[in-house]
Amino acid sequence: MSRSNTMKTLCRSHGKRRKMLIRKAPIIRPSEITDEHTYLNRRQFLRLAGFTAAGTLAGSLPGALVAAEPKAALLPDVVKTGFGVGETPNTYEDITTYNNFYEFGTGKGDPYRYAGGLVTRPWQVSVSGECERSGEFGYEDIIGPHTLEERIYRLRCVEAWSMVIPWVGFPLADLVKRFKPTSRAKYVKFTTLDDPSQMPGQRRAVLDWPYVEALTIAEATNPLALMTVGLYGRELPNQNGAPLRLVVPWKYGFKSIKSVVAIEFTEKQPRTSWEKAAASEYGFYANVNPEVDHPRWSQARERRIGADLFAAKQPTLMFNGYTEEVGYLYKDLDLRRNF
Amino acid sequence: MLAIQTRNPGAVALRTIKIFVFLLCLLPFLLLVLAAFGIAGLSLGPNPVEALIHQTGLWGLRFLLITLAVTPLQRLSGFNWLVRLRRMLGLFAFFYVLTHFLSYALIDQRLEFGLIVEDIIERPFITLGVLGLLMLLPLALTSTNAMMRRLGRRWKQLHRMIYVIAIVGVWHFWWQVKQDILEPLIYAGILALLLGFRLWDRRRRTGQRRRHPAAYSASAVPGPGSGM
Repeated sequence: MSRSNTMKTLCRSHGKRRKMLIRKAPIIRPSEITDEHTYLNRRQFLRLAGFTAAGTLAGSLPGALVAAEPKAALLPDVVKTGFGVGETPNTYEDITTYNNFYEFGTGKGDPYRYAGGLVTRPWQVSVSGECERSGEFGYEDIIGPHTLEERIYRLRCVEAWSMVIPWVGFPLADLVKRFKPTSRAKYVKFTTLDDPSQMPGQRRAVLDWPYVEALTIAEATNPLALMTVGLYGRELPNQNGAPLRLVVPWKYGFKSIKSVVAIEFTEKQPRTSWEKAAASEYGFYANVNPEVDHPRWSQARERRIGADLFAAKQPTLMFNGYTEEVGYLYKDLDLRRNF
Repeated sequence: MLAIQTRNPGAVALRTIKIFVFLLCLLPFLLLVLAAFGIAGLSLGPNPVEALIHQTGLWGLRFLLITLAVTPLQRLSGFNWLVRLRRMLGLFAFFYVLTHFLSYALIDQRLEFGLIVEDIIERPFITLGVLGLLMLLPLALTSTNAMMRRLGRRWKQLHRMIYVIAIVGVWHFWWQVKQDILEPLIYAGILALLLGFRLWDRRRRTGQRRRHPAAYSASAVPGPGSGM
């Protein structure tokens, strides 16, 4: 990345932010104020986090446990869509305190505890490989021309739990088009930030850092794939992959890579982080599939986060219930072998 | 050794210690129950079933290791009365492992027999876990004084199974984790130390016996379960 480029982006981002500040009057709407119930829930969770952490021999001591942290900033001009109408989204607390983001630790509460040090502005994304418009792009350049929309998607983790999340973003397909991939571009590879000073989980080689994920170009241009910048109408909290992440709702959660700093168009299928870690357990496609079990656990059912302790698990749906939208992509693929 | 032994607590003091240790051992369970029902500001977090299964399993494993730590502590400190707590600690290990299994069978799988059997057959880490529980069962059942007397020498042999159970327990944990094996590794390390101590202690004592046969036999007062 050249210095002049960085400066340009820095200036641009400042200009943009000033404009946004003028546009957004600092009025606190009733919806922005955390209601008492949510606030108390959060307190309860924090206390438990301390209690379980204290009981853990490995000593994942609670880091900066702040009693009630302010929510992220509201995103302006978010268009509502029909995606997920009728679904009941998980609470903001569930979505932002129960995460798999190994860059901040392998405990579910670790990202919430330790992601505070991640600096998300300015944010650079390098675009390279088989495309005509490669280069370094600032966060504002990336989202600039796109209309932000809210889409309520189901998220199915490979660990057999699930959530419903109101994401804010724009179709990845629209972003891919801007870079003009060449005919040789068969895959899109994404890379997460690699910086142990900001991401304490990277100080241990739990995975081969940086985290890498990839989609076929057909998957990346499917209208469901969402380049995501927010949830619940607000900017993404760090623990959810700020400032820019992918959401691919028909695949297991680990495909939805967080805090993306590089996009590369490739001819060969990239090796993803989880393939490298355990190829027999995590495949390239990782489509949600109740009929193909993980070698160590069943994928037939899932536990909905936020459900009551005594609630039953629910059946997992093929492609997480998005067969109509994405089924055509895998017509000729042996899903048992290409798990 | 003899001087320290005279400092053993009397019957009343030992009883008080036992009650205190009992309540301490029950504390994690009580906290989990409070958290499960959202009492006293506690909660099990966004995935209560996972939290309950994980925490009860960890405590089962911890109590297995605590039980195995009694003999080394007694040998190193000379506090022979510690051995009097061992049975209770072992029973707590069984209690937490059983709670772990029941959380899985009753709450997670809702007693769906077919699913539980499928898990036990098809998922090696669950097979191991059930194996560990089944091996703990006879130890818990034969923990009474009457059984101890009835089984005589064989009681001690039977209860040496705790070494295998602890290994199976750590192994079960190891195979269960997704990618980060640090925590099971720590448990494995502690277990290796506790079992390694026994080998080292036995060699040391046979060496002593060879050098000072008389002194050894004088100090070796046989007591219940002192060989563990």
